[in-house]
Amino acid sequence: MAYAVLVDTKKCMACRGCQVACKDWNRLPAGATKFRGSYTNPPTLEAHTWNHLIFSETDQGRWLFANYACMHCTDAACVNVCPAGAVQRTKNGTVWPDPDKCIGCGLCVQHCPFHVPHLSKTTNKMGKCTGCAERTSQGLRPACVTTCPNGALQYGERNALLQQAKERVQSLREQGFAQANIYGENEMHGLGRIYILTERPAAYGLPENPCYSASAWIWQLARRPLGKLASVGLFSGLVVGFLRWRGDRIQHKGDNTM
Amino acid sequence: MKVTRREFFKLTGVAALAAVVVGCDWENDPVFSHRLEDAKEVTTICPYCSCGCGAICYVVGGKLVSVSGDPDHPINEGALCSKGASLLNLNTVYNLRTHDPELNPNRLDKVLYRAPYSQTWVEKNWRWAMDRIAKKVKETRDESFERQADGITVNRTKAIAHLGSAALDNEENYLLAKLMRSLGIVNMDHHARL
Amino acid sequence: MTNHWIDYQHSDVIMAIGVNTAENHPVSMRWIDRARERGAKLISIDPRLTRTAAVADIWLPLRPGTDIALLGGLINYTFENNLWQHEYVVNYTNASYLLAPSYSFADGVFSGLADGAYDRESWQYELDEKGNPLQDLTLQHPRCVFQVMKGHYARYDKDTVCRTVGCSPEDFERVAATFCATGAPGKAGNILYAMGITQSTHGSQNVRATAVLQLLLGNIGIPGGGVNAQRGEANVQGSTDMAMLFHILPGYLNMPQAKAHPTLADYNAKETPASSYWANKPKFLVSLLKAWWGERAAGDNDFCYHWLPKLDGRNRSHIAIFESMARNEIKGMFVWGQNPAVGGPQAELERKALENLDWMVAVDLFETETASFWRRPKVQPADIKTEVFLLPAAASYEKDGSVSNSGRWIQWRHKAIQPPGEARSDLWIADQLYKAICYHYLRGGVFPEPIVGLNWHYGEGEEEPDIEKVALEINGYDTGSGQPLENFTKLSADGSTACGCWIYSGYYNDLQDPPTKRRIRETEGIGTHAGWSYVWPLNRRILYNRCSSDPSGSPWNPELPLVWWEGGQWQMNDVPDFAWKDAPPEKTAGSPFIMLPELQARLFSPGMVDGPFPEHYEPVESPVANVLSPQQNNPVIIWWQGLGKLASSKEFPYIGTTYRVSEHWQSGIMTRNSPWLAEMAPEMFVEISLELGAKLGISNGSEVLVSTPRGEIKAVAYVTRRLKPMAVAGNMVEIVGMPWHWGYRGLFPGDSANVLTPHVGDPNTTIPEYKAFLCNIRRA
Repeated sequence: MAYAVLVDTKKCMACRGCQVACKDWNRLPAGATKFRGSYTNPPTLEAHTWNHLIFSETDQGRWLFANYACMHCTDAACVNVCPAGAVQRTKNGTVWPDPDKCIGCGLCVQHCPFHVPHLSKTTNKMGKCTGCAERTSQGLRPACVTTCPNGALQYGERNALLQQAKERVQSLREQGFAQANIYGENEMHGLGRIYILTERPAAYGLPENPCYSASAWIWQLARRPLGKLASVGLFSGLVVGFLRWRGDRIQHKGDNTM
Repeated sequence: MKVTRREFFKLTGVAALAAVVVGCDWENDPVFSHRLEDAKEVTTICPYCSCGCGAICYVVGGKLVSVSGDPDHPINEGALCSKGASLLNLNTVYNLRTHDPELNPNRLDKVLYRAPYSQTWVEKNWRWAMDRIAKKVKETRDESFERQADGITVNRTKAIAHLGSAALDNEENYLLAKLMRSLGIVNMDHHARL
Repeated sequence: MTNHWIDYQHSDVIMAIGVNTAENHPVSMRWIDRARERGAKLISIDPRLTRTAAVADIWLPLRPGTDIALLGGLINYTFENNLWQHEYVVNYTNASYLLAPSYSFADGVFSGLADGAYDRESWQYELDEKGNPLQDLTLQHPRCVFQVMKGHYARYDKDTVCRTVGCSPEDFERVAATFCATGAPGKAGNILYAMGITQSTHGSQNVRATAVLQLLLGNIGIPGGGVNAQRGEANVQGSTDMAMLFHILPGYLNMPQAKAHPTLADYNAKETPASSYWANKPKFLVSLLKAWWGERAAGDNDFCYHWLPKLDGRNRSHIAIFESMARNEIKGMFVWGQNPAVGGPQAELERKALENLDWMVAVDLFETETASFWRRPKVQPADIKTEVFLLPAAASYEKDGSVSNSGRWIQWRHKAIQPPGEARSDLWIADQLYKAICYHYLRGGVFPEPIVGLNWHYGEGEEEPDIEKVALEINGYDTGSGQPLENFTKLSADGSTACGCWIYSGYYNDLQDPPTKRRIRETEGIGTHAGWSYVWPLNRRILYNRCSSDPSGSPWNPELPLVWWEGGQWQMNDVPDFAWKDAPPEKTAGSPFIMLPELQARLFSPGMVDGPFPEHYEPVESPVANVLSPQQNNPVIIWWQGLGKLASSKEFPYIGTTYRVSEHWQSGIMTRNSPWLAEMAPEMFVEISLELGAKLGISNGSEVLVSTPRGEIKAVAYVTRRLKPMAVAGNMVEIVGMPWHWGYRGLFPGDSANVLTPHVGDPNTTIPEYKAFLCNIRRA
């Protein structure tokens, strides 16, 4: 059964408890940062920053907040490209990186459409949100969810959260947020983070049509037994062309954050 | 009736969820152990704003290893904001280079003394410092003490000031209020005025 | 706070004015959102689109320092639309009292002003032959408080208010219609405030204005209502209760004044009112003196009353202390967990004043800017004479002790780990300090008696003091048996009881199971959690709770009864805040405010130094003239010498205002040294509108210089849509917003906003006017 985190951006007040609680639980250090004309800081995820809060201003003067972290994609580029099999998707939907297997090749960093994984300069291992697997396997919620003061982050069974999100979006539309929408239902065949938004995803720094590039797909094939690879190889030229076209449409997050 | 934390936990939806998650079947079955399972838990109250949120300090071998919200606490029910969630850092930080925990390098752990016109701090021991401070207090108080003013007993010194503190506990403030008034100090103020 | 955090869940409308609750008290949003899930509305009134405003249902941008104009507008709206809670106002307030004919108000000034101070003689009620105030329960008499007040606020019409505040009439109308609707019986409106209200030259009157509005709407003493001051520090409530202030002793007993109170008898005669619970004051003071001087305090020596220092009538608050220090009158200073070199107004003046000290003892977790003032930028340590002791303190979880939150909950913190190295608890430091000083006074000195005679036995030698002994002393004990007192109703004035802080009596009355350490959650009820910790006074969670029911004892909101009369007796979800035993509703309806001599709330208050009604004045530095009266500023402001020349709007055209962010705390010394927090908010920044950025050629993320006559600071510009130019009395005014968390030490140093702020404050409290001053800004 798949589990997920629900991010209700309409509730979030950007206290950033999530950003810090993650570091406490996962024993992550802080780095040196600069103020760059936005409260978003560190400006991107890092090998030692697994979630951060994105602050965005709209032209209409709204200030939007969204917790950003690994999306735990159903069809995850990092899982597919990892030559060491160090990233796996567990049955409860967590895309879990195994530091013991990671060889530091950086392919996951290149291919993630959400710019989530980063290589640590210290350990040369990939670092990203683990879904707090050691907590969830013990019946605790992820650290970011547990610390959230007002339920802007929730953890639970994905289908139930999706249903909850749909009802919430309906209610927001009735309250006058005509743009209210859900993000994560179908992206990458379904994300492990469901967002309730009141503006278009891009306004929060979320890629509108995330997908990963052809080479990632090739990597996925390469990992399979050789016989299969040969038969699939016949079609590879066609497939590469198609996926490259899709890849160009990836929108990078952070472009419109302030 | 007293409701303990463990009991309370069972009362919440978290426990129901827990049963499902624990029972789930992991692909490749990574085995996880809860890193704070054997830690000693000590309850505290966040020292930042005045919400009075409860937090739990997790202690292993006399070292603080994590601080998170107290799920039993009626005000925050396990939640903490960024400041509350950062409480570990007042004592322990993770080294950016090694990722190892270490005492916050900026924490004061020795008495520091700066002599008049000196360029630097020097380390001193408590006994020396307390005796020196006591002599300075006595010198200033004795020079400035007013027994009477306009024929009225006033017993005060206006030459010493005392600031603080909303960062101290009630019992600490109380002792200082008592001590400073016994010395005749009237210049007293703190954060509440700012 | 009259109410408490969890109680916010019962509000129908929450108005956050001068408080950025989502940012500075994030967990409050847990309970605000609980209310909103039921349909409650959150209003944010703030110059900037803060994180609170961003999530609120209504945001009204207000020009800094114009809160009374807005609140006065809401009071007037309440009258004009007949939204006031009639039965509540008639019975529970002084609305019906007649004012003496000598009271008057004209041109922004109340009667009695002479030489920069008010003679308050004319702000009185008209009395009958027996000395009781005359009343008109129909509220029709032209000199009754109600009518005079209605007349006073008639000037605060929508147009005038909007021209002063700088908001649109539509925004005003939305706020007024939403909030004032809570005047309906059974509805709960909640006002939250913090330093946006208090840090002003009319800050106390800002607070009064919130209270007056809440009384008119019947919102005090009810679940989900109240005037809730969200205090800034974990124990600023407790440190205030313990009187770390010049003007009071623990438990809000006024400090003795030399002229007025030369003897205990004088003190009791002048400080003890005939009515109200304060009639017990002599018991509180004598018990305090017994706690301090033990057996030496006896009836035949006025319980050592003469050992207490007596004030000379002069102000000795923060600003006054630094003015005095600048005049070279102060030689030594203790500073505990406080950092005035960053947090004090006109910081350069205060830093410079520290150079006049012979010695300073600073106690903290980290090296503060105050402790290191002698090596701050641009000074030569070799020129500074001060001897400085920087003592390493234990952090909150490295020691035992209690703290009092905003809702007056006294909660215990347990020691989790040893402090690092030689760091020690402040309790230990205080104990050692006493012992060291006492050692020298036992060998002679000026008037050693109050010191060597102090009742101080908390531990031997250099061991950690026994905190339980301190707690027992605060709680109070029988001086004969040494047994803890149940609570302050057991205190006496004959020396048979000792009590360090009467309002805390009860918090540690059972040594085996002290109430302050209790952790019993409520499983059903209205969120009172009476078994969790101890709340002063008497474990009462919502103050003035007689007002939660109508005069006949029926709850205004039957869904949320707090204290109510049913079946011939009082039923309660909280500890009643009135003399309820053997007292049916009709006997208690006229006395719901037991701490006031009237026993009823004061819409008109003779107790303030600057007027019985809140009146709008401009901040001392303002770009516009007062629209409401020819009186530009509060006429009784104390003008300190250190303030110097005020900024003119020609040279300094923009309104500066200071505030905090979620990621930092106060002067930042703890949070700037916490890497997880510092990386999120690493540098000093200022916020300006897109319009001002474009006009001055300042781009987002570039460096700027901000200046006032007090100094200049460097910061990074955040050019944002969250600030807008405001139309004020025909002018467009711009705001320069800045957090005040930075200084020259810590992981991420930066310039301090308080270099810019003025040495001037509220005439009642002298809280500095940090929230509104004039400044200029340019590219660096």
